[in-house]
Amino acid sequence: MTLKNTLKTAISGLRVNKMRSALTVLGIIIGVAAIIAVMSVGKGAQNLILSQVSALGAKTIIVRPGREPKGPSDFSQLLSDSLKERDIVALKKKTNVPGLADLTPVLTAAESVSYLGETYRATILGASDLLSKILEIYPKEGRFFDEEAIKQKASVAVIGYKVQEELFGESEAVGERIKIKGRNFKVIGVLPRKGQLSMFNIDDTIIIPFSTCQKYLLGINYYHSILIQAESEDEVSQVEKDVKLTLRELHGIEDPSKDDFHILTQAEIAQRVETVTGILTWLLIAIAAISLLVGGIGVMNIMLVSVTERTREIGLRKAVGATNKDILTQFLLESVILTLLGGIGGIIFGTLLSLGGAFLLSRMVSLTWTFVFPISGCLLGVGVSAIVGLIFGIYPARKASLKSPIEALRYE
Amino acid sequence: MALIEVRNLVKIYSDAEVETPALRGVSFSISEGEFVAVMGPSGSGKSTLLHILGFLDRPTKGEYRFEGKTIDEFSDEELARIRNKKFGFVFQNFNLLPRTNTLENVKLPLLYSGLKASIQEELAKKAIEAVGMSHRIFHQPSQLSGGERQRVAIARAIVQNPKVIFADEPTGNLDSKSGEQIMKIFQVLNKQGHTILLVTHETYTAQYAQRILKVKDGKIEKDFKVANQRLIEKDGFIK
Repeated sequence: MTLKNTLKTAISGLRVNKMRSALTVLGIIIGVAAIIAVMSVGKGAQNLILSQVSALGAKTIIVRPGREPKGPSDFSQLLSDSLKERDIVALKKKTNVPGLADLTPVLTAAESVSYLGETYRATILGASDLLSKILEIYPKEGRFFDEEAIKQKASVAVIGYKVQEELFGESEAVGERIKIKGRNFKVIGVLPRKGQLSMFNIDDTIIIPFSTCQKYLLGINYYHSILIQAESEDEVSQVEKDVKLTLRELHGIEDPSKDDFHILTQAEIAQRVETVTGILTWLLIAIAAISLLVGGIGVMNIMLVSVTERTREIGLRKAVGATNKDILTQFLLESVILTLLGGIGGIIFGTLLSLGGAFLLSRMVSLTWTFVFPISGCLLGVGVSAIVGLIFGIYPARKASLKSPIEALRYE
Repeated sequence: MALIEVRNLVKIYSDAEVETPALRGVSFSISEGEFVAVMGPSGSGKSTLLHILGFLDRPTKGEYRFEGKTIDEFSDEELARIRNKKFGFVFQNFNLLPRTNTLENVKLPLLYSGLKASIQEELAKKAIEAVGMSHRIFHQPSQLSGGERQRVAIARAIVQNPKVIFADEPTGNLDSKSGEQIMKIFQVLNKQGHTILLVTHETYTAQYAQRILKVKDGKIEKDFKVANQRLIEKDGFIK
């Protein structure tokens, strides 16, 4: 029997029970749609995070105290105080790190900020004046603090877009005094809306001189991290090496495994983000795949019912010359058609779902969420659904093909 | 050379531990062009015999030669091929596909024949015409009377011009008038050269054949020529 004829036979077999076939297809549609939606949203989330990570610039590297954390419960880095002023001085020397363009120490603290009775919990970022250049953030009103302010440990602050909105609303912020941990700070600049920059949400941040932060807010003499910008992207790895050598020499470390600092490059951060979101996405896909499995069992169930119902048809076909292979192919095609239809429906439904999801998410988080058409998801959807059809169809089809013609014909 | 030749044919149905013999050593031969009726009470093994001869079942023991070759020489695929090309089956309950029109029902064996679509169409229409059903070509079985359904089933059996037609109680579900028409068709087909094996329990129906094999308790009780064959009238409705 030619494939075309078998196909026709299979299709007419399915059309006899339209409702039953449609419901079986629905099971597959839901499974495939779930996979595609998860893949699309996962990819979208990954792109969003990566675009923010890269917003920090591929030229930037971050030096943090303590060794690299080995796991979520490894707190050693938080307690480390290995990065101090002498490190900044050493790193700034051209002879030590020739490819270095700019650097700034960074300190972070979470504090309540108040202005005329309004209170807001913001992230305090202590940094040098160079932060503005490194992160490419320039105040839309007022100015950034300068080197002099750092030397004098001045109580000045540049506030993020959201901080300004929460504390001042419509009124002018520059020139006003805000209170952080009982100390008055003069607002000298307001930053434009910027969103997430790597690990900092600039909109939610108050930037003050690092020296002020160290002395008056935290009472420490070390830094939380050092942000370094290389001359160019190509020099990033060389700068990374030079920074390591310089710090090891300064700290008297001979064995690299005993480093009391670690370095993060943007490429590494991006890679980590990709790994984490990738794992999450695959986990969700695995959950979605369960519904596809359930759909597949539905196909098998319906095919078994169909084979039993049509026992006499099978017997007749065999009596008039159908071989076991003909019958096997016919029933296998029936289940593959069911799952393929489900696969195609699932792609359409899943794409609509992820489009809707992308739209809603971009409205909700007010971020530019990009819709990703998951081509790999489509291929996976169609491929997996066809395979599901084959796997779950083979048992009923084999059962059908092995029926003895005369027993099948006698079946009541 | 006989077309069909069986020697000591035995068929035992084994169900769990119980063995039920249906045929206990049957021997006979049928030549090409014969019209043979197999008669016997129910449970005598006549249907089993027909199924084995029609390659729908395999014997437990004994020898069955078709066109000189024993059945053991054929694989399942080859048996299917012979059923397709050389055999035609007519059943008591018609066994037409429901919700499928006359043309498509008659075409069913052709789907497995490997013939071109255009030839299939032509053969199917010719067979439908031969049984006088051309005016019902797009009707579904549910829209046809019993006699008409059986005629469609006969058209399906003869669509590839088979050597042998196996008919298992073809008039069993029909009124006597329709039954008579069906038997006349078989006689015409026999005249055209088809070998016909008919299973029936009615003596009246069996007398359309030239020869009767009486089966009882799984054995041939009698094998004789019909003295006064019931012949079709000269103006038989098959042209």
